[in-house]
Amino acid sequence: MSVAVPATSGVAVFGAGARERLTSVVEAALTAAREQGVSTAEAAAQLSQGLAVNVRMGEVETLEQTRDKGLSVTVYFGHRTGSASTTDLSAAAVRDTVRAACTIARYTAEDDCAGLADPDRLARSIPDLDLLHPWNPPVERAISLAHECEAAALAFDARITNSEGASLSSHEGVEVYANTHGFVGTSAGTRHRLSAAVIAQNDGGMQQDYWSTVSRRPDGLEQPTAVGEHAARRALQRLGARKLSTRRAPVVYEAPAAASLLSHFIGAIRGESLYRGASFLLDHLGRAVFPPHVRIHEQPHLKAALGSASFDGEGVATAPRDLVCEGVLQGYVLDSYSARKLKMQTTGNAGGVHNLTIEPGKLSLQELLKTMGTGLFVTELIGFGVNVVTGDYSRGASGFWVENGEIAYPVEEITIAGNLRDMYRGLVAIGNDVDMRGNIRTGSILIGAVTIAGS
Amino acid sequence: MIYYIDNAPRGAPTILVGSTLVLATTTPIMDATPTRRPRKTVDTGTNLIEQARQSLLEPAGLGEVELTRLMDKLLTGQVDYADLYFQYSRHESWSLEEGQVKSGAHSIESGVGVRACAGEKSGFAYSDDVILPALLEAAGAARAIAAQGGNARVPTQWRASDGLQLYRPVDPLASLPDQEKVAVLERIERAARAQDPRVKQVMAGLAAVHEIVLVVRSDGTLAADVRPLVRVGVTVIVESNGRRESGSAGGGGRFTYRELIEGDTVLEHAREAVRQALVNLEAADAPAGTMPVVLGPGWPGILLHEAIGHGLEGDFNRKGTSAFAGRLGQKVAASDVTVVDDGTLAGRRGSLNIDDEGTPTQRTVLIENGILTGYMQDLLNARLMNVAPTGNGRRESYACLPMPRMTNTYMLAGNRDPQEIIASVDRGLYAVNFGGGQVDITSGKFVFSASEAYLIENGRVTRPVKGATLIGNGPDVLTRVTMVGNDLKLDSGIGTCGKDGQSIPVGVGQPTLKIDGLTVGGTQA
Repeated sequence: MSVAVPATSGVAVFGAGARERLTSVVEAALTAAREQGVSTAEAAAQLSQGLAVNVRMGEVETLEQTRDKGLSVTVYFGHRTGSASTTDLSAAAVRDTVRAACTIARYTAEDDCAGLADPDRLARSIPDLDLLHPWNPPVERAISLAHECEAAALAFDARITNSEGASLSSHEGVEVYANTHGFVGTSAGTRHRLSAAVIAQNDGGMQQDYWSTVSRRPDGLEQPTAVGEHAARRALQRLGARKLSTRRAPVVYEAPAAASLLSHFIGAIRGESLYRGASFLLDHLGRAVFPPHVRIHEQPHLKAALGSASFDGEGVATAPRDLVCEGVLQGYVLDSYSARKLKMQTTGNAGGVHNLTIEPGKLSLQELLKTMGTGLFVTELIGFGVNVVTGDYSRGASGFWVENGEIAYPVEEITIAGNLRDMYRGLVAIGNDVDMRGNIRTGSILIGAVTIAGS
Repeated sequence: MIYYIDNAPRGAPTILVGSTLVLATTTPIMDATPTRRPRKTVDTGTNLIEQARQSLLEPAGLGEVELTRLMDKLLTGQVDYADLYFQYSRHESWSLEEGQVKSGAHSIESGVGVRACAGEKSGFAYSDDVILPALLEAAGAARAIAAQGGNARVPTQWRASDGLQLYRPVDPLASLPDQEKVAVLERIERAARAQDPRVKQVMAGLAAVHEIVLVVRSDGTLAADVRPLVRVGVTVIVESNGRRESGSAGGGGRFTYRELIEGDTVLEHAREAVRQALVNLEAADAPAGTMPVVLGPGWPGILLHEAIGHGLEGDFNRKGTSAFAGRLGQKVAASDVTVVDDGTLAGRRGSLNIDDEGTPTQRTVLIENGILTGYMQDLLNARLMNVAPTGNGRRESYACLPMPRMTNTYMLAGNRDPQEIIASVDRGLYAVNFGGGQVDITSGKFVFSASEAYLIENGRVTRPVKGATLIGNGPDVLTRVTMVGNDLKLDSGIGTCGKDGQSIPVGVGQPTLKIDGLTVGGTQA
């Protein structure tokens, strides 16, 4: 019945030839830069290709073939810098792009923090992190998987009346980064995703929800029927949602929503936010931000994980490290520029964090809800109401009202508000239901108290 | 599932504060009244096509013969409709912080999107190599969709179609010498610092896009546009007694840097950003609960974009996934509420001479005196719903499929004095500035986040309160509009709308208006 996702991988579209081509493009860019008289320069070139299909109400809706390439160049004349990029990798376009970057550098100001990463921080070895698992499903195969996924959702319950469709996508990319310190690094990876978004309807109205599975390996995807049924279940559970009256209450963030709490945390300890004074966590290094049971760490070398990388966007070697240990902030998220601004060392985070993980606790989601007792279980957040300068937090939410550890009814059209500083300090427990589908890995999170605004 | 608008600059990374989306201005920096120019003469369209031909086709060695050959390949299957979208765009950004312009970036993108439609299906491929063999390959991939469908014929003749003439076909990047761009940012910085000693950090950015597009359709239509777009933004951090706050302002539109900096409006953005930040230094915790809300004019019109705009896009209504599906002719707003989507306003950020499918933009009345009167359509959804396209088919680039999207969405003025509206509220919120908003089109629930707001007590604006998210239900929020002001204003040209991962520039606007009962997501229960 079920269409099995293949256990074997396909052949990489971008083989040695593509890597050689990209390497010669970045080398041509660095040579052109030297000819322009730069002190130092860096360049990155990428190729990517993929397929995306969407099947809606049993019919193919869209079929998209994607194929992208690009080059970006940054040049330094002493401490003045300029950047340029292009989608054209021809020799002439490479030279023009370097010239455009040099033109910009003529007008930018001296900034003694600007420059390449320090040579001794560049990655010396590039371990294979098992990120490349090409699939290249034939179009018919991609369609049949999406079809099966949507069909499972539509068949799940008579109240699943409509659909935005099920999508299957598969992408492969390769990038070469090089700089005039002599570093040349190649990274290649794949990303496959299957998702369904369906609509449940009753007399009270319509509700839409979705589910997705994503992996670097084709055989790492959940079964299509499981994804479809999960999407259907989520949409059905939302039917009959009501507003709550305004109150204060504890809240459990379901794991996918909890990832946003960690993303705000990263936003506040990024070098850019810190040196600009635009963070509520200025000067918090060595201070308690979370309760003592919390550990947050980066795992850049996890095999086949979505956020893995052996070097960052500047060629700096990545390494596992603790950001928060026993609740205390151990380190910031820095690239070379922001590190110099702060008179610190880069943490290998040019381009972001890698597999940020909050160490899961022992409680299952059910036990976490029991621990909360009566409060809000948030499954979706909308809006942009987070101010990283002040920590003020106010977002639209939907989910469930929980009484004595049991889900009582779905809720919507409410907001949750507080200050992130208090919310982090009030983090009661982390579930063991870790969501591994992204670069932030967390279980569901119980927060002591927030303000819920409703009717 | 969730569609948003915000005022964060794209492609100019430096004026974002952390991951927070920066705040906005309601300062009128351009004409406050929507203006419209007459539809233009045949010449314009033809000249634009000539310019597009020279920029896009000639360097690739493509002429009418090659276009016909491509279309022939695309229409080999049973295809109802097909198009080619040629695009060349150049983007630049300059950013200042700590008193100096420390970085700048320049990018060039060019490519061709190739689409074939059969029934409800779309096949799509693109190439960033604008050469015939690559385009033939893309055409082969795109038409793979069409196992069924109609029988479009290869056009025997290409016909130039005219668009509007809402902006000049100029290259804004070349409109100002680079050293003057740097000087403008330095002046903004000085103006902000001169405003108040509590200003600790000033971040400012300038960005421009020059875009040339050519649409080649299977019905033989050729349509072209040359689109300038500029934007300036400034964010400040202020500090007093250990408390820090931020404020942001900006503006832009489809014109050149010269017009952007005319009359020192850019310095007003600097002062506005500082003013907002200082107001926020004094702000108390925001209230929580449902209460009357008075929205200021201009950018707070993101209410309309979220509460009704996305829900009235043709795709969601054809599929029946919008909370507004099947509600044409029904009352969805108070009787004095009229809302339009208008792509024909001269020089506006959300305006277009033609949409990205070659259809001239228009003024579409969405809600007239409270009654739902129209949806926004692209070609595919218009054909499937058997209605006329409305010039709302837009795409982020050649690498994306077009969809029904908004242009400039605003509510027409009413007849109330804004002061009278405020005076009518015993206890409520007066929100004049917003960050971004988001909507779930199926449930109709939407949010937008205030960044500058005040309490109204006994008919008077009393003290500032912190930013808070407002949440409501799209299909009924406008039925609770009880007063519409006479002070229609459009935003200053800062909005970016996201849908299915595609970002496009849009505009919003509204007069001051009062909503009797909207949920305010503060912390003071």
